[in-house]
Amino acid sequence: MKIYTNYDRIANAANMLLLTVITLAMLFPFYYIVIVSFTSYDEFVTKDLLLFPKKWVFDAYAYIFNTDTFLRSIWVTVFVTVVGTVISLLLTTMMAYSLTRKIMGERLFLFMVLFTFVFGAGIIPTYMVVKATQLLDTYWALIIPGAINSFNLIVMRQFFLGIPKDLTEASLIDGANDLQIFGRIILPLSKPAMAAFGLFYAVSNWNTYFNALIYISDPAKWTVQVVLRQIVILEQASSLSDGAQMALGQNPPPAETIGMAAVLVATIPILIVYPFLQKHFAKGVMLGSVKE
Amino acid sequence: MNLHADAGRRAGLRPGRQPKLKKLGSRLWKERYLFLLLLPGLLYFLIYRYLPMAGNIIAFQDFSAFRGFWKSDWVGFKHFAKIFEDREVLRVIWNTLYLSFLQIVFAFPVSIILALMLNEVRNKRFKYIVQSIVYLPHFLSWVVVIGIVTTFLKSDGIVNQLLGAVFGTEAIPFLQDSSWFMPLIVIETIWKESGWGTIIFLAALAGVNPSLYEAAVVDGANRWRQIWHITLPAIRSTIVILLILRLGSVLDVGFEQIFLMLNPLNMDVGNVLDTYVYFKGIEQSDFSFATAVGLFKSLVGLILIVAANRLAKRFGEDGVF
Repeated sequence: MKIYTNYDRIANAANMLLLTVITLAMLFPFYYIVIVSFTSYDEFVTKDLLLFPKKWVFDAYAYIFNTDTFLRSIWVTVFVTVVGTVISLLLTTMMAYSLTRKIMGERLFLFMVLFTFVFGAGIIPTYMVVKATQLLDTYWALIIPGAINSFNLIVMRQFFLGIPKDLTEASLIDGANDLQIFGRIILPLSKPAMAAFGLFYAVSNWNTYFNALIYISDPAKWTVQVVLRQIVILEQASSLSDGAQMALGQNPPPAETIGMAAVLVATIPILIVYPFLQKHFAKGVMLGSVKE
Repeated sequence: MNLHADAGRRAGLRPGRQPKLKKLGSRLWKERYLFLLLLPGLLYFLIYRYLPMAGNIIAFQDFSAFRGFWKSDWVGFKHFAKIFEDREVLRVIWNTLYLSFLQIVFAFPVSIILALMLNEVRNKRFKYIVQSIVYLPHFLSWVVVIGIVTTFLKSDGIVNQLLGAVFGTEAIPFLQDSSWFMPLIVIETIWKESGWGTIIFLAALAGVNPSLYEAAVVDGANRWRQIWHITLPAIRSTIVILLILRLGSVLDVGFEQIFLMLNPLNMDVGNVLDTYVYFKGIEQSDFSFATAVGLFKSLVGLILIVAANRLAKRFGEDGVF
């Protein structure tokens, strides 16, 4: 039973209006990225207030897609994202499942994971271990050092604990071993969790900047985020112009236009997975906050 | 499991050590596949999480890459003492604390307010659309966010164009003027994370018993009084826990965002502990001192988190561990 007074209606309207304004403010940067990336050279350099381009051109996209550095960085990032996500998911689920069973030392191993919540090792010693294990300047440096997210691991374990014990016990009696139980029963049952954490890992791999910054010095192995920083923040778009100049002739697009096109291309994969992600993440986040 | 004891007796052994060992062995054998599943993850934690923790002891050495870990000289607490003598480090610690304070005062409440606003929306569809949009920035990388900010705030960027068109002001050098550094960091955080931050509060609000509101309406409570007496108390414990946890990580202000915003003009006000460790350690190869600063930060963080958790319990909350 709800009783709406006039006061309520006004409050509701005001609230929705305010939320609409906030939402539009959140969206505006996305809108601006799109229009700048499609603006022509002539229109942009006049520096009039630009809220809607009169002419839509693809120059900036032609430019970045003719740039080896940018294309290469996309491929590097795709590789790291795909391989890294598969490895992360495998390691996380395997370890999470084994920690749901009462194996020897289970409590110690669990404590080892939980302790990393409150104490991190520090940048320099981690760097030195990565160096000592010969990962510097390899793609593995972007995959291995952050392979397991402790939080994801704990939430995943929580999810596995929710699978009825009867299922595993029945197959144990039928003579299945633990590997078979994991592969044939647990994994198929945890598709939603796998999808959610797979997407989380994929997004964080795609966005990774810090690891690329400190572990990769060879420009041929730069990830897209590193190249984006060069183009957009340091405004060194010209440094990428290998071959792109020829493709376009006289005037290269302005740095901002190239930058926003690059930002959009680098963000599109996220925008594509976002709808899938959204279905799962609230649940995933909440799982973690519910205590046993 | 008497089987093993029997086997031991039959083999003419005294009951005691050996059967126990055997029992251990047979248990490990029984659990071999589970250990197989555990092993890769365990190795990961040992090598990339715990070995670096042990590696922190180079903070007590004058580590030299040429002499290596075993041959470098031990110097005790020299580097830690240096932290408190070095004006630059003190400045960096101050910047870190100040930024953390600003984030807690200005960014932290935004999620709560936004969650309260969303909670008042009756139109499900509208609510869903708003939520989808305000969560989105969380999934962008900091490079993208700072890239957008840079493009927006340039002297000829859209913000200055708008200010010029509306107020006729001169272009403001947002990115060069160091007094803008901290406000920008806070605003970026609000844009990127405040929507995402509502999730946990909305979940807490979803658990409120609707009959409480109906009773309040019968008692003549208007919307404000309902929010004040029912909604806010319902998320009080969530707020307290998150706030206390936040206090526990005051020295963690995030590397990427700060690093990407730093330039020679704002280095004085913007350099924080994590970026300082990076510049000292990775760029200048002053490994031992940088490690000492990093370890100092981690230890203070550990103490704060444990203390914060105690505090949460004292406030009658569950605590986090």
